[in-house]
Amino acid sequence: MKKSTIAWIALMAVTAQPLGASALADPVSDSLEIDGQAMITEAPAPKEPAGHPFEVVKSGWLYREPETRSMEMDSFENPGMLNVERGEEIWNTVEGEAGKSCASCHNEASESMKGVGAHYPKWNANAGKPINIELQINACRENQMKAEPYKFDAQDQKDLSAYIKHQSLGMPVEVDLSAGDMMSWWEKGKERYYLRTGQLNLACATCHEANNGLYLRADHLSQGNTNGFPTYRLKQGNLVSLHNRFRGCIRDTRAEQPKAFSDELMALEVYTAWRGGGLSVETPAVRQ
Amino acid sequence: MATPKPRVKVPKKASAGETITIKTLISHDMESGQRKDKDGNVIPREIINKFTCEFNGTKVFECDLEPAVAANPYFEFSAKVPESGTFKFTWVDDNGSVYTEEQKITVE
Repeated sequence: MKKSTIAWIALMAVTAQPLGASALADPVSDSLEIDGQAMITEAPAPKEPAGHPFEVVKSGWLYREPETRSMEMDSFENPGMLNVERGEEIWNTVEGEAGKSCASCHNEASESMKGVGAHYPKWNANAGKPINIELQINACRENQMKAEPYKFDAQDQKDLSAYIKHQSLGMPVEVDLSAGDMMSWWEKGKERYYLRTGQLNLACATCHEANNGLYLRADHLSQGNTNGFPTYRLKQGNLVSLHNRFRGCIRDTRAEQPKAFSDELMALEVYTAWRGGGLSVETPAVRQ
Repeated sequence: MATPKPRVKVPKKASAGETITIKTLISHDMESGQRKDKDGNVIPREIINKFTCEFNGTKVFECDLEPAVAANPYFEFSAKVPESGTFKFTWVDDNGSVYTEEQKITVE
């Protein structure tokens, strides 16, 4: 009897091993350099406003496979850079009745757009709400260029916003919550982040806060920081915008998806950008 | 699909007999022929099916690609350079198009 108990415990120890080997699932400790430029992939969590759940915020890069990580380290190997190059062409292309391109007003993006992407979403007094890069581009197209605004996730929209955000590569994400009514949007975003929805009854926090570092089936859950968007996802073989990813996650909880750029998702963008504050802009990041 | 755009990265200089690393990337959908459109019709296969690299007319590297290869195929390989010359890269598309790119290297 005693013998079999010991054997049973031994068997338990063996079978328990895969579960116990959670170190495999933890984010790696590694430093990211893109073409020799150091990126901040771990930063102390923002202190203001209080209530950040983590001590340290971590880039999703630390949660990916070695092959995926190395793709991002070399801007030549990063397929997202093809879109960034295309974005540069769009930047210089005249469109609309006003006969203007982005460059007509903003000249060289490498100078005028440096740091811009790191500070979005931003309070917009005219709209009376925060806007992101995609909406700013559309505002420029309508008001300055007299061109059609991009439809959500048009390839040009993704390529151009990636090009603009790429000009801030390496700079820390910092959202200005003191402007306008940003704090109430932050509050709304926080509420949405912790709200369980869908048939699976999941909140953003269920995966990205409580279980980050663990596997959800084959998916290695990260903290869900937004510093790499638009990000090149190997699954899609294309750039994926933040609002597309928000909608994708919400779809996966089997909930009804809010519209892209809706108030609900803009509030979530404000909140998640704050959560990942201090991390380098990695656009276009390479993810699974 | 936008016109595929090849990119290559070859060092500008090397010493004689040195082994250098060459990187190439081409933007391409690599449509596998397995997918269906919204109406249920098969989207015909259209991939890059062959890649070659020549140095001064001599073949250095050759590779056949299959439908399972992901979009935007990337190659990294090594080559020994005996003398100054030109690397010529060729990608062959299912639709008959051929995309080429050349890069010079100086051996000192």
